[in-house]
Amino acid sequence: MSQEAIRLKEKALAGGMPLTQKRENLWVDAFRRLIRNRAAVVGGTIVIILIIMAVFAPQIAPRSYEKQVLNDQNTVPAWLLSVFPTMKPYARISNDYLLGADYVGRDLFSRIVYGARVSLTVAFIGPLISLLIGTIYGSISGYFGGQVDNIMMRIVDVLYAFPGLLFIILLLAFFRSTLTRIEPGTFAYSISQLDARLGGMLFIFVGIGLTAWETMARLTRGQVLSVREKEFIEAARTIGASNLRIMFRHILPNIIGPLVVAETLAIPGYISTEAFLSFIGLGVNPPTPSWGSMISDGAQVIRTYPNQTVFPALALAITMFAFNFLGDGLRDALDPRLRGTQ
Amino acid sequence: MGRYIARRLIYLIVVLIVVSFITFGLMHAVPGGPFDREKALPPEIMANLEKRYHLDDPLWKQYLQYLYDVFIPRLTTQSPKGTLEDDFLISTKIGGVWLRWMNFGPSYSSRSRTVNDIFRQQLPISAQLGTMALLVALIIGMPLGIIAALKQNTVFDYLSMSIAIIGVSVPVIVLGPLLIWIFGVTLKWLPPTGWGAKPPYLLGFLPTKWGWDFFKFAIMPSVALGLGSSAVIARLTRASLLQTIREDYIRTARAKGLQERLVITRHALKNSLIPVVTILGPMFAALVTGTFVTELVFGIPGMGKYFVTSITNRDYPVIMGTILLYAVFLVIANLVVDIVYAYLDPRIRYD
Repeated sequence: MSQEAIRLKEKALAGGMPLTQKRENLWVDAFRRLIRNRAAVVGGTIVIILIIMAVFAPQIAPRSYEKQVLNDQNTVPAWLLSVFPTMKPYARISNDYLLGADYVGRDLFSRIVYGARVSLTVAFIGPLISLLIGTIYGSISGYFGGQVDNIMMRIVDVLYAFPGLLFIILLLAFFRSTLTRIEPGTFAYSISQLDARLGGMLFIFVGIGLTAWETMARLTRGQVLSVREKEFIEAARTIGASNLRIMFRHILPNIIGPLVVAETLAIPGYISTEAFLSFIGLGVNPPTPSWGSMISDGAQVIRTYPNQTVFPALALAITMFAFNFLGDGLRDALDPRLRGTQ
Repeated sequence: MGRYIARRLIYLIVVLIVVSFITFGLMHAVPGGPFDREKALPPEIMANLEKRYHLDDPLWKQYLQYLYDVFIPRLTTQSPKGTLEDDFLISTKIGGVWLRWMNFGPSYSSRSRTVNDIFRQQLPISAQLGTMALLVALIIGMPLGIIAALKQNTVFDYLSMSIAIIGVSVPVIVLGPLLIWIFGVTLKWLPPTGWGAKPPYLLGFLPTKWGWDFFKFAIMPSVALGLGSSAVIARLTRASLLQTIREDYIRTARAKGLQERLVITRHALKNSLIPVVTILGPMFAALVTGTFVTELVFGIPGMGKYFVTSITNRDYPVIMGTILLYAVFLVIANLVVDIVYAYLDPRIRYD
């Protein structure tokens, strides 16, 4: 056998792997660690179930979410009486509804299934908006520093001082007021039409867009500042790497972990913002079901029919749990500084 | 540092002007006015009302007049007239001269009150709720985070972080009704709605009596509001402390034979608190706006209820006043955070 053949054979025996192992892709590496984390897998599974629930809501929900059966107002199925024994003396039993019917006789279960649509839309659009604006803004500010940083951060500071939630309430209330007669053809009219067509989601996105990216921008800037002075950046600069290359190739991979984690952990915040707005009657337009508005409706009868509050509240809490577990798992999987320490 | 603070205070003025301009512009850009009713008012009455509140003036004049009334302090020898148009938040006699500042104007919807009246009566309640919630957040959050980090990967760690995840996953509108149902309706331990503290207040907002009459109302709302923040603090404290105790200077401190307790308290804790301090600014903002939610859930007569009703009524002065006031809070909170940040980390210089 020639020297060449021996070398090839050895290489094949080693599984084609060169002796010095190539560093794995950050994301492949992180994903492998993520699926080893039990809590994160549970969270991820719940999120996937929720997505399926939201997409196939018409197939899953046994009834219409808006059909009112006045004869079945506030009915409860028999099995619920063992969970809420206080309802025994007065409850009207109807086993047609899995979780009972609400104050106008709509199926609670179907409304909860459809409610996932609103919450999940917010859960995915919210991070998209804030990551896109916040990361770009923050990294430019942090990387260039000096006067650029100063001006950019002052702008963020000004916006930061804007009480976001109050502002969203203001926007929503003005565009939705029944007393307001908005003339067709004006800008306000087209905005409120668009909002109505999106089921009232437009202003929720506007509100999140206005308030969430600033936190992201600050975080990104802080992270960039902390990495910018490290030796490997200096090394990259000495070998003549361009600003863009340093930013995307050297800085971003080192700070993306905290950003993704922060954003995943911010998702429950977006979900609860939407739920709160719907709770005070400024979120999605009725009869589109949102867990927030269901909790609000249920809270009116919490003394007599607690099931009408408890189930949507549980749905909301479980969804937020799932995203938090997932965010936690991602943090452990992605945090580059905790790498190799396990 | 002094110069930095002075600069930030000037910047506060800029913020307030920007915020007031956006809010004012938005309020007037959207169709509809404060005196729109289901059945339109006769034009003469409408004209009279608009004249009374100067709504017939050009917009720029209304805006400048508002800025003048709110921001410019006045020194006069005249004593206050006590009318609705003449109510200043700060009104003190120094020598023979009155210093009068911050006239937010009369409320349109409750005709006998000024915005300042609403601030005086409702703001202390919101402030009490916010403070209690912040205390709950710190008292629960920091110890949980520290224990979890020091006993990493033990049952203490998992337990603390489970509590933290529960806390962060349960928003006020979930926890509030559940608490009301369990402790207010089923067990009847605590009153489901209302608020206990009554004026006069210490320092403008602290209740004078810290008895059960205050706490029985305050416990549920402040836990409902503070739990989420406590979870954030716990997780951040843990993450930060874990990172810190892997640093070289901690190894050095241990190597030179320092007691473990001192290593943690003197070296690790102080440095790991820095990220925790930075979150306090946004957290304060979340708590401040969170008081609105909590007040609505628990029926607490704070600013939240008045803000929501003022918006549906198009009560311009109340809307403007509330938003400006909260903007001031947020700016000052962030300033305090920055100062503490510089104090904790001497590498940070602001000048």
